[in-house]
Amino acid sequence: MGSSLATVIVVTSGKGGVGKTTTSASFATGLAQRGYRTVVIDFDVGLRNLDLIMGCERRVVYDFINVINNEASLNQALIRDKRVENLYILPASQTRDKEALTKEGVERVLNELRQSFEYIVCDSPAGIERGALMALYFADEALVVTNPEVSSVRDSDRILGILASRSRRAEQGDIPVKEHLVLARYAAERAHRGDMLSVDDVLEILGISLLGVVPESPVVLQSSNAGVPVILEDGSDAGSAYSDLVDRFLGKSLPHRFVTVQKKGLLQRLFGGS
Amino acid sequence: MLLRFPQQTGSEQPPFELKGSLFTLTVLRLFQLDMAAIEQHLAEKIKQAPGFFDNTPVVIDLEGLTLPPDGVDFNGLYELLRKHGMAPVGIRNGSPELQATARLAGLPVLPESRPAGTSKKSERAESTPAHAHAQIIDHPVRSGQQFYAPDGDLIVLGAVSAGADVIADGNIHVYGVLRGRALAGIKGDAGTRIFCHSLEAALISIAGRYRVSEHISPADWGRAAQIRLMDDHLAIEALIR
Ligand SMILES: Nc1ncnc2c1ncn2[C@@H]1O[C@H](COP(=O)(O)OP(=O)(O)O)[C@@H](O)[C@H]1O
Ligand SMILES: [Mg+2]
Repeated sequence: MGSSLATVIVVTSGKGGVGKTTTSASFATGLAQRGYRTVVIDFDVGLRNLDLIMGCERRVVYDFINVINNEASLNQALIRDKRVENLYILPASQTRDKEALTKEGVERVLNELRQSFEYIVCDSPAGIERGALMALYFADEALVVTNPEVSSVRDSDRILGILASRSRRAEQGDIPVKEHLVLARYAAERAHRGDMLSVDDVLEILGISLLGVVPESPVVLQSSNAGVPVILEDGSDAGSAYSDLVDRFLGKSLPHRFVTVQKKGLLQRLFGGS
Repeated sequence: MLLRFPQQTGSEQPPFELKGSLFTLTVLRLFQLDMAAIEQHLAEKIKQAPGFFDNTPVVIDLEGLTLPPDGVDFNGLYELLRKHGMAPVGIRNGSPELQATARLAGLPVLPESRPAGTSKKSERAESTPAHAHAQIIDHPVRSGQQFYAPDGDLIVLGAVSAGADVIADGNIHVYGVLRGRALAGIKGDAGTRIFCHSLEAALISIAGRYRVSEHISPADWGRAAQIRLMDDHLAIEALIR
């Protein structure tokens, strides 16, 4: 649990609305459930919603920017999750603009977090502006969240280029940031019909290893409205996809689920099955 | 910059077209500005080889010239060289001040070329010039990235994504899928080629001739290919493996 063992993971995508925050919340929760001291940071300054999905928005007093500006200590700003031990949230500011995220400030806060956490998960805002660049700059590993559509894949490709050229690891010539693909909002039927890119299409274009496929599921919206990370919805499809994903991240080898069309009587009869 | 705009589809031939091209030029490297000394040295050269400077186009290289306090009389220099059979076409290198003065005298500033090499007259055939060195990119080139290999070949060990550019003065080799844009020989070297494992490019260009994806035939799409200029047109050939 020494400081040097802390791993910084950015959850990024380029495009908005693809499931970064959903993934950050469930991924961090899953790591903590498995016993790792984990903090998840909202880098989406001005548009914070990680605290909503984590169900702790009413407990936000101080935020990330307050800590960067030395207006509050980390201990004052960190919110301890009520359901899962070992899990902490560092919320974003609702009001300040992204310019407050300075490289020096972010580095100082991350270094302080490294003293007491094993995993630091950074929920990136969309785009390739300052907030997104700061979220990925100090990363050791990256979860690149992509939806199975051309524009999302293109934006992820762009982010992979930035990780490979503008992260601290790239600038210092260290071992490159380890890249993992999270294919979210995947609808096997639609990919099968050719309305969406398939898992293979996306892998062929991006050429990085697949950490998990998260199916498009109504449970995600329900659980985020209830302030519960979907990984805590036992038995749900998206929840178990995130569980598998965390186990794979920690080294387990599990077959990918939700990739092929589920056997449905009607579909089978209509389209002859596969 | 060397991309040519698609020709007008009208029946009339346009009055001219612009193309990038490569010439071998004599470079006159100027070390001092003593006009009398220059004239004397020139006269000696001509005595050794009469008719040698028969309207020879020359580029005046100012790199080795220390800035004289009272400026440079480019008009006088031009006249002097003209008188001895040289045709100055421009200058290269030199301080911004020198370049500005040259421009005022009607001498354009030429971009730096590949390594000066021998100052002797190059009589090599017009085949592919030897490129100084290759630049190797040992990772995929992602959307939004651009790599340029000045003076030589660009070798990519991986795919070139849609929205990425790979550019070289020499050849381009892509050991992966080429989905972005590849521009070989951008300084005008018509002998350069593009090689790729799978041709799915948004644009391919050699020495300014280009083709966009919709004009790449379905027969060539997705195949290992080499692209080169034949009779001034881009030719796509399958790489037999
Ligand atoms: N697997 C999924 N199935 C259905 N809806 C999803 C899924 N993942 C995310 N969403 C929905 O998509 C929207 C954007 O998700 P969010 O995680 O906030 O994306 P981002 O942080 O990338 O902008 C939310 O309404 C969320 O509920
Ligand atoms: Mg978000």
